[in-house]
Amino acid sequence: MTAAGDVVVRLTGITKSFLGVPVLRGVDLELRAGEVHALMGENGAGKSTLLKVLAGVHRPDSGRVEVDGEPVVFATPRDAQAAGIAIIHQEFTLLEHRTVAENVYLGREPVRRGQVDRRKMEADTKGLLDWLGEEGIDPAETVTRLSVAQKQVVEIVKALSTDARVLAMDEPTAALADHEVELLYDLVDRLRARDIAILYVSHRMREVFDLSKRITVLKDGAFVTTALTAELTSDQLVRHMVGRSLDALYPDRATPGELGDVRLALRGAGNARVRGITFELRAGEIVGVAGLQGSGRSAIARAIWGVEPFTTGTLEVDGVTRRITDPRAAVRLGIGYVTEDRKGEGLALRQSIRDNALLVRRAALTGGPGRRKSDLGELLKSVAVVARGEHQEVRYLSGGNQQKVVLAKWLAVGPRVLVVDEPTRGIDVGAKQAVHRLLRELARSGVAILMISSELPELIGMSDRILVVHEGAIAGELPAGAGEEAVMGLATGHGRGEVA
Amino acid sequence: MSVVHEKIELTTGATRRRARRISLTPTVTVYLALVALLVAGSVLVGLNGGVLLDQGGILNILTRSTVLGLVAVGQTIVIITGSLDLSVAYLVGLCSLVAAQTMAGSDGMIVPGVLLALGVAAVVGLVNGLVVTVLKVNAFIATLGVALILRGYLEQNYTGPAGSVPRAFQHLGFDRVGPIPIGVLLMLLVAAAAWFYLKRTRPGYHTYAVGGDVDVARLSGVRTGRTIVTAHVLCAVAAGLAGVFLASRLGSGAPYVGTDAGYDLESIAAVVLGGTALAGGRGGVVGTIGGVLILATLDTIFDDLAVDPFFKDVVRGIVLIVAVALYARRKLTRRSA
Ligand SMILES: Nc1ncnc2c1ncn2[C@@H]1O[C@H](COP(=O)(O)OP(=O)(O)OP(=O)(O)O)[C@@H](O)[C@H]1O
Ligand SMILES: [Mg+2]
Repeated sequence: MTAAGDVVVRLTGITKSFLGVPVLRGVDLELRAGEVHALMGENGAGKSTLLKVLAGVHRPDSGRVEVDGEPVVFATPRDAQAAGIAIIHQEFTLLEHRTVAENVYLGREPVRRGQVDRRKMEADTKGLLDWLGEEGIDPAETVTRLSVAQKQVVEIVKALSTDARVLAMDEPTAALADHEVELLYDLVDRLRARDIAILYVSHRMREVFDLSKRITVLKDGAFVTTALTAELTSDQLVRHMVGRSLDALYPDRATPGELGDVRLALRGAGNARVRGITFELRAGEIVGVAGLQGSGRSAIARAIWGVEPFTTGTLEVDGVTRRITDPRAAVRLGIGYVTEDRKGEGLALRQSIRDNALLVRRAALTGGPGRRKSDLGELLKSVAVVARGEHQEVRYLSGGNQQKVVLAKWLAVGPRVLVVDEPTRGIDVGAKQAVHRLLRELARSGVAILMISSELPELIGMSDRILVVHEGAIAGELPAGAGEEAVMGLATGHGRGEVA
Repeated sequence: MSVVHEKIELTTGATRRRARRISLTPTVTVYLALVALLVAGSVLVGLNGGVLLDQGGILNILTRSTVLGLVAVGQTIVIITGSLDLSVAYLVGLCSLVAAQTMAGSDGMIVPGVLLALGVAAVVGLVNGLVVTVLKVNAFIATLGVALILRGYLEQNYTGPAGSVPRAFQHLGFDRVGPIPIGVLLMLLVAAAAWFYLKRTRPGYHTYAVGGDVDVARLSGVRTGRTIVTAHVLCAVAAGLAGVFLASRLGSGAPYVGTDAGYDLESIAAVVLGGTALAGGRGGVVGTIGGVLILATLDTIFDDLAVDPFFKDVVRGIVLIVAVALYARRKLTRRSA
């Protein structure tokens, strides 16, 4: 039996190349029982690749993997599982058309008298969901019907169900709202108490400092340092990751003189999920939308975009009443939408960066040739995509870089209204700032931006005003620079704001 | 999590559940279509002065369904796993020959004949599976290649029927239990076994997982290669059984009995008609049997009405396309829900 503090997993000198391009160049890592070890680095630094080596997905080109001091070779994910290692991958590993329970126990279905024991499977899944406080998810529900956050919860349950001694989580909170992040904190505490070794990958500084005992930093696949969290400042950490200091400032907000005409106006708009949505969005401003997961934030975005259109009220674009019943119509009116579900809806994973970036432009807008190569290069640089070239298939990009391609896709169209749902999900600190600047520059150039984000500091730092959604309706509007408490109060239905 | 948030969850959960109860799954759709077809067919045939659903008519439909049913049930398993098998038609012929020639008219050789035929089928399935998983050849090409090899072998060695089965073995093809032909029972038994495999056993669960997303299955610790190979072997054995059954009915082995009936594409059509996704991961044998019955019913109606074969194929084609379009539509609306 391992005691707290014992080294459970030791990686030494791990290297890995894809098609001759080195992605990991000699990485060392030690995971100890009952400790949270954070792994940090920019997008494309090799964090997920290292986790996949640990998971038995990739075989390292060289280096040693030891479990309990014994060298091991994981030929398949099954071997890693058998050694007590569970991984929550960055991208969802769920089967859309199977139920929650079937997904959780995939590969390890309990069998009784030659038959899969469905009842036990569902009961055990329910037990774990309850333990996490997620009674709202039905184990017999098909995964397609779950929200992104619920899917993330299912991923966590899936990893927990293996009774692993080592749990590696690749950006588990990227899809979670703040209150659900609390659940994760709680969960990590309980796992720690059970002497489980935890490897935690995240771009969110606050989490890393709250949770971890040690931090390892990677840069361009190379090992930079491992340090005790208590002995690091966030500025030092950023310097290790990015190679320079970053200021923590958000770009300046719009001045009254920069606001233009009303681009988008909703009056009493509603559908099955939201009702009585009334607000105006002016050229030049960034309006933030806050709310809990499931409050209807994303439903408003999807309705504007014509995926689940409004059925009541009116929607005006540039002062003309419109009915937007499909995304194509939205694109043609100059509305862009960065979805929160990049893998499911935002990207054609098997196509190149270039094809993805030009997809909307080619598909929905008639006339005009596609952007010239140089233009595209500029565009990708403006969102800081790190890739081997614009012909690389999107599925081989690191998670954060995929997100940047989604952004680029909309910039290529030059929208007049841009709705962004979790625009910086999974993006590293440096690039996050780049995205913030980019959004602000777009606003300055006259684009009206509606921004949904679960990260309150970002939402508050970026927005010229904030709409708070609660139970499918707008609970209130807050001015620029409102405090987190004010936003959360409205979002949970307790506080009161200056109703617009 | 706030209390209010949970309340929303609960109510949407309830409406969803209600929606699911009345929603038409492909399996339900296919049986509704079958009933509609039987009604429409009865009327048409009736107007023509005949009867569709008398005992002879029902028997006719069931008998027509037997061989295609066997092949299509196997095909369902490979398709769910995300693969497909184009070699089944030649395999049916080959297995009928192996069975008939091994038996060579002697009662004592019935069991060895059947076993050998199924063994040959299993080996062919194994080859299919290994080419797909180890050599990583696309299933379409892999099984087409194996089909060509089988054809070469058959063309080289046979010009017509060969071998003969003993009289005792012909009971399989012609006897009935009560009103129901043994062959139909055999087919239903195989279908039931396949259903149990897919819906109740662990390898069955993995069949769906691999077809749903191979990478996800592998990451979750499923032995994906083994799952695919098993699916191919099961499919081939089902086709082998169809060959054995045909040997019993024909009294001898016939090299092209499978290809003449077009069991390769026909079985895939039945599977798709039954609501199984060609991309894998979804569907089942219950739907497939419905698909087979629809195709058999169409044929019976056309025979009763003496429609010309060209028109017959046109209608079958339209039915297939309409069915798949319907399933696709359903999927779209569900996505956006
Ligand atoms: N299967 C693959 N084939 C080719 N290149 C790959 C493959 N997997 C990863 N890469 C490349 O390896 C590099 C590291 O990717 P990785 O996913 O490990 O980054 P990461 O640190 O997890 O980044 P992020 O923070 O964006 O998730 C990237 O440049 C990526 O394009
Ligand atoms: Mg990653």
